[in-house]
Amino acid sequence: MTVRVALFATCLGDTLFPDTCKAVVRLLERLGCEVGFPMAQTCCGQMHFNTGYRDEAVPLARALGEAFAGYDAVVAPSGSCAAMVRDIYPKLLHSGLPSRMYELSEFLVDVLGVTDVGAYFPHRVTYHPTCHSLRMLGVGERPLKLLRAVKGLDLVELPSATECCGFGGTFALKNAETSTAMLGDKMRRVLDTSAEVLTAGDNSCLMHIGGGLSRLRTGVRTVHLAEILASTEEEPWLATP
Amino acid sequence: MARNPVTWLGVPAFPKAAHEALADSQLRRNMRHATHTIRDKRARVVSELPDWERLRHAGEAIKNDVLANLDTYLERVEQAVTARGGVVHWARDAAEANDIVLRLTRQAGAEEVVKVKSMATAEIGLNEALEAGGVRAIETDLAELIVQLGHDRPSHILVPAIHRNRAEIREIFRREMPGAPADLPAEPRALAEAARRHLRHKFLTAKVAISGANFAVADTGSIMVVESEGNGRMCLTLPRTLITVMGLEKLVPTWQDLEVFLQLLPRSSTAERMNPYTSVWTGVTPGDGPREFHLVLLDNGRTDALADTVGRQALRCIRCSACLNVCPVYERTGGQAYGSVYPGPIGAILTPQLVADPHDKQAASLPYASSLCGACFEACPVRIDIPEVLTHLRAKAVEAKPARSAEALAMSAMAAVFADPRKYEAAQKAGALAGRFVPGGKMSKLPWPGSLWTSSRDMPAPPGESFRTWWRKNRG
Repeated sequence: MTVRVALFATCLGDTLFPDTCKAVVRLLERLGCEVGFPMAQTCCGQMHFNTGYRDEAVPLARALGEAFAGYDAVVAPSGSCAAMVRDIYPKLLHSGLPSRMYELSEFLVDVLGVTDVGAYFPHRVTYHPTCHSLRMLGVGERPLKLLRAVKGLDLVELPSATECCGFGGTFALKNAETSTAMLGDKMRRVLDTSAEVLTAGDNSCLMHIGGGLSRLRTGVRTVHLAEILASTEEEPWLATP
Repeated sequence: MARNPVTWLGVPAFPKAAHEALADSQLRRNMRHATHTIRDKRARVVSELPDWERLRHAGEAIKNDVLANLDTYLERVEQAVTARGGVVHWARDAAEANDIVLRLTRQAGAEEVVKVKSMATAEIGLNEALEAGGVRAIETDLAELIVQLGHDRPSHILVPAIHRNRAEIREIFRREMPGAPADLPAEPRALAEAARRHLRHKFLTAKVAISGANFAVADTGSIMVVESEGNGRMCLTLPRTLITVMGLEKLVPTWQDLEVFLQLLPRSSTAERMNPYTSVWTGVTPGDGPREFHLVLLDNGRTDALADTVGRQALRCIRCSACLNVCPVYERTGGQAYGSVYPGPIGAILTPQLVADPHDKQAASLPYASSLCGACFEACPVRIDIPEVLTHLRAKAVEAKPARSAEALAMSAMAAVFADPRKYEAAQKAGALAGRFVPGGKMSKLPWPGSLWTSSRDMPAPPGESFRTWWRKNRG
């Protein structure tokens, strides 16, 4: 039976990281899903909610719920946005909740029941568990199980992995210096691994850590988990030039 | 209404205070070392208990019951303490509490008092109030003594001198402690011995001791202080008069409830299975301990916090500091940047509620001093959902802000774009167009407010087409 699933691209993924969203589509279709993308979706409202702008967040949350009406399952390549929908919406909305929202690794492991997605990615990779995927969703070992099954991938453990990278949404701007101090320590840990690729389930955190790694010309790049899992021996994942 | 002394005058809003702290390499090193040591120790002793999660739920439930029935338990504890020969005083705010303590101290004829480490008395600025009234307060907790002698401010709830290392402590003792040997070595044992000699005389001569309380049992009127050094017990047993200042929320209903908290607190705070000294007293006992006992029940903003259905969970706090020790923000800025006797994650939600002034910019900046990583909630022994309260207080801070602030305008403009998929796609296309002119696909120097990002991080330029544009072309 074909699984019908909607992709929640998230505003950040849709606008700044379209390759991640394309990778999710390729991966899910390869695994036999039928993927839809309702055009009415925009932003979950997390930035507004977390910064204190609740009146602005509520209509965005309502609209997102309506955008995904009719789907049994929604998949997001973001632990943070998935947690917003699953953990915060019930307190914010009381009704009109979207269909079952999954973070990508949860959907693969729990719903599709796969850990080996047939991926090939011949690089030295370290994984940063993002705070909301770890502590709000509780994705646990799922992303690591998926990565361990990737052919050619040399997975190296990130020391003090569960420490926040310092992104924190508008925290990165409102407390830019503290955010940078946290980033400095996270980058030090990443460099300690000698990995060439840092991966995670959230492009927001990757944009922050990757922005620092790029600024300092460290030679480490950030790649979303979806793009690693989408990559195969026949069709290596190449981000849009 | 008088200013609540829980925050210190002259400390700027958090981002500015953090700017100074982040540049202090000695502070950074001291904080990293101390927080990681205690963090690791706590994780070890917590993992020993198979029922830790159930204990946390029990602690939460007991405290919720206390808060929901606070009026009943407060009257019960007043009756019980009075029946056992103690005197109960009620203080609406810091000023009332300080007046009561000063009056009682004068009645006892004391010019000097010894103090047990206490957050409640720090919160109300008791030492300063006593000094203004001609009474010298001597802190007897080693770390509090270091802060007091160093004319410094505390930076941690449990370990107020956590920002100091042993070399700095030796310098403070040599400079400020009467009779400290000039060749005092920077060894923990020697430093503790110097403090011991300094304090011993004070214990033996003080007429009045002042303490806080960790717990008060409503049924029996018993007050409990847990500590590591034994200096607290000296204060609690030797002087003739004992005055305890206690926040309203420190109650537990029954003696048996302590079973839960005496497991939760030591493991969460000092990462010990059991704290070395647990002192309990009930009123006065003829022939043993103080002749006079006064209990000052302190509100100071607590009943206002209790009226807030989301914020009130902060009143479950048992002052263990586990949230401070795991907080990545606190670890880097230290406690003084919070400008309050309550620093760290719990301070970020407790301080603004106690200050209760939505136009106090320093207090309003504290709920933003968090990346919302959630490590605090995970560590909290009474399951205070600190991130939930942080975002709740941020919403309150926004309400108090002018509706036409640059941030509010930007936020509502963005919300308007997100609310309309056509406007949203048009904005994406405009961005994609601009992105074509960015060499290398990375932006390193954006104008404000983007400069707050690019000061330390590159920013990816918007790609040639958004995902939805691609989808429309290929799948639509």
